[in-house]
Amino acid sequence: MTEHQGTPLVEAEGLRKVYQPSGFTAVDGIDFALAPGEAFGFLGPNGAGKSSTMRMISCVSPLSGGSLRVLGLDAATRGAEIRARIGVVPQEDTLDEELTVRENLLIYGRYFGLPRAVVRERADRLLEFARLTDKAGEQVSALSGGMKRRLTIARGLVNEPEILLLDEPTTGLDPQARHLLWERLYQLKSEGVSLILTTHYMDEAEQLCDRLVVMDGGRIVAGGTPRELIEAHAGREVLEIRVPPGEQAVTAEKLQGLADRLEPLPDRLLLYTEDGETALAGVHVRGIVPITALVRRAGLEDVFLTLTGRTLVD
Amino acid sequence: MPALLLLERNLLIYRHTWYLLLAEVLEPMLYQLTIGVGIGQLVGHVPGLDGSGPGGGSTGGIGYSAYVAPALLATAAMNGAMNETTFNMFAKLKLQRVYDSILATPMTVHDVAVGEVCWALLRGVLVTAGFLAVVGAFGLVQSAWILLVIPGAAVVGFAFASVGLAVVTFLRGWADFQFIQLAMLPMFLFATTFYPLGVYPRPVQIAVECLPLYQSIQLIRLPALGEPGPALLVPVVYLLLMGALGLRIALPRMQRMLLH
Amino acid sequence: MATATVRPAAAPPAPHSGPPPALREFGYRLHRYRRTWRGTVVISVANPLLFLAAIGAGLGKLVDRGGSGYLHGGSYVAFFAPGLLAAMAMQTGYIEAAGPVFQAARPQGSYRAAAATSMEPTDILGGHLLFMAFRLALSATAFTAVVAAFGITGPLRALLLVPAATLTGMAFCAPVAAWSVTVTRQARLNGVFRFVLMPLYMFSGTFFSTDQLPGPLQGVVACTPLHQGIALCRSIVAGTATAGGSAMHTGYLAALVLMGWLAARRTFTRRLNG
Repeated sequence: MTEHQGTPLVEAEGLRKVYQPSGFTAVDGIDFALAPGEAFGFLGPNGAGKSSTMRMISCVSPLSGGSLRVLGLDAATRGAEIRARIGVVPQEDTLDEELTVRENLLIYGRYFGLPRAVVRERADRLLEFARLTDKAGEQVSALSGGMKRRLTIARGLVNEPEILLLDEPTTGLDPQARHLLWERLYQLKSEGVSLILTTHYMDEAEQLCDRLVVMDGGRIVAGGTPRELIEAHAGREVLEIRVPPGEQAVTAEKLQGLADRLEPLPDRLLLYTEDGETALAGVHVRGIVPITALVRRAGLEDVFLTLTGRTLVD
Repeated sequence: MPALLLLERNLLIYRHTWYLLLAEVLEPMLYQLTIGVGIGQLVGHVPGLDGSGPGGGSTGGIGYSAYVAPALLATAAMNGAMNETTFNMFAKLKLQRVYDSILATPMTVHDVAVGEVCWALLRGVLVTAGFLAVVGAFGLVQSAWILLVIPGAAVVGFAFASVGLAVVTFLRGWADFQFIQLAMLPMFLFATTFYPLGVYPRPVQIAVECLPLYQSIQLIRLPALGEPGPALLVPVVYLLLMGALGLRIALPRMQRMLLH
Repeated sequence: MATATVRPAAAPPAPHSGPPPALREFGYRLHRYRRTWRGTVVISVANPLLFLAAIGAGLGKLVDRGGSGYLHGGSYVAFFAPGLLAAMAMQTGYIEAAGPVFQAARPQGSYRAAAATSMEPTDILGGHLLFMAFRLALSATAFTAVVAAFGITGPLRALLLVPAATLTGMAFCAPVAAWSVTVTRQARLNGVFRFVLMPLYMFSGTFFSTDQLPGPLQGVVACTPLHQGIALCRSIVAGTATAGGSAMHTGYLAALVLMGWLAARRTFTRRLNG
């Protein structure tokens, strides 16, 4: 664990979630802590236990074991108090389709017990923030995916939360909408809001997270800053080569010893090394002519592949 | 009271769709015209209240329309409330997932349940009040006691809204709504809505007297026909107990359903 | 780059192999119905029987005690049963032609898949209408069997009631299908049911003779298809059917089916090929 500045905002020890009646263990004893002002990420494939963890932090899912303190309060007993001080952006936009854009913010603010005047003032500000001011009177169903997402984030901010939880914030959005969303999240971070997010996009985790943990099968398999994780688990560079199908195994055999580690995937071979170009020269020396070859910097995708032997998005 | 915030949400929506309430007033109105007035001309007068009320000895009976109207009022309150906690709430639970976002705020499942029951009850009262105005316009008001219909509708609304809340936690899909219809329709048709208890043989009479709609109709019909009295306590206690039982069953089930 | 093995194209199906296209749509509907028929029992069988028992038999006791003139000495239940049969045919017809057609015509609906094959929109329409007629005949048979079992009508008359009720239902199915294929919002379907079908049900003579209505209204009601269907069914049960009267009612209903079908051919083609 990295050093904490002050008391952690969220602190989990041995956190577990077992669903009944199936008995399925979604989260299997995890520890983590969120420092104030930090952007913390859970990275992992679908079914890794990220969303279950998020639901427990947002106090809408009872713990099955371990302890969880949010804002210094026990999540098991003081849910309502905690929920009053955090913002939640769930994986699916649970916007109220029967209300207009502005009404969504107004009524959500009222659920927090905020006076009408305060909510009205905040709604206008948040519509501005989400760039939805000119859509204020529209029905939610008329919004694009990116707009709905921004509205859901605006809604999560209506109580001026100390922590904002985002579950897969950009899944299903086009690249332009994603970048706009990231930019909004940077702004929040710069204003001192702590972020917790889950993602299965490594570029998103690298862009947004100060620190992250990699989850797989309900457990945390590694943690640290994106850079630390890449250095520890993937090395500096990756050489990706494609060979004709059927020659994969033979080629892998021939390439033994050329790189620190060799990872065969169904459609290509990955060679982890400190120097990709040298490795590529070595490939040619061994008489292999790949269909395509690419040298790139190692990323979080590679970290995940190394740790679990599986790709993140399949 | 946080539960009332849910009322605020629903009112906000009804600002756009208030005409749906009119549609709910229309249905009892049609029954009133067809069966009350139309068939009423064939039936003539209904002999008294068949001794089921304290003033059962009244002579000459009452007009058929005036006999049917309070039953339709009670049915309107029942349907108004129960549609809300079954049909509309099922959509909110399963399709729109409205409560997922609400429960992410300091609102609790308890607040949601109480809020929805209050709202359903209010809708039952509104539909009944709308229909009462129509009945008044038809000149079918027998007595000033008819104003007791409004608190009566609130009690009926509470009972059926709570039961609806329990029922909705058992529904698996839209196809299950036919089972609700299968219970509600016979109750509507046979619980002395259109003809008095005396038509049935005694064992059937006892079975009908146990129906919640029969109790609801009694609660509305007795004062509407100008015969309020301690006999009203029976339906009031019956319906309050039924509502409490509904909530008792619904709350833990909703808790498990929403906070999994 | 990618391994692009080209698969040989499948031979195009012969245009006239298998059953006629409209029967394929009918077959599809029938296949679905085999899984969902239980859900329709409540609405199309239990519902009318409950009304028959409560209003016909129960309320009928009060009516018969009153001894009303126009029942011509007959019982109220014998007056009510054929009216209810026609009204239920209307309701079943509407339910079958509104919701399913609307659902199937949506961009993700089953008509879209069928229209992408060699079937024409008119085939799809024909097959679906055929299925609706099947559903109507089935419900009418179940109801009529009960009515006959209680001796409200004789078995021979009951045999005539089934086609009469089916025709009444189809007089709604065809025009409603022509309309509902163009509808884009579900709420419209419910609105028409509540504000058009329910009043029709209540005032077209199901529960009481339209003679009781105010004069001008009688003329309006006489023109409604439900009233024509009720008159046809009632004359069969009462044994008062005349050749001229029956021909008029039948012709009126058949004309509606025909006009609805012609209109639906146009709207189906426009929506599915548009």
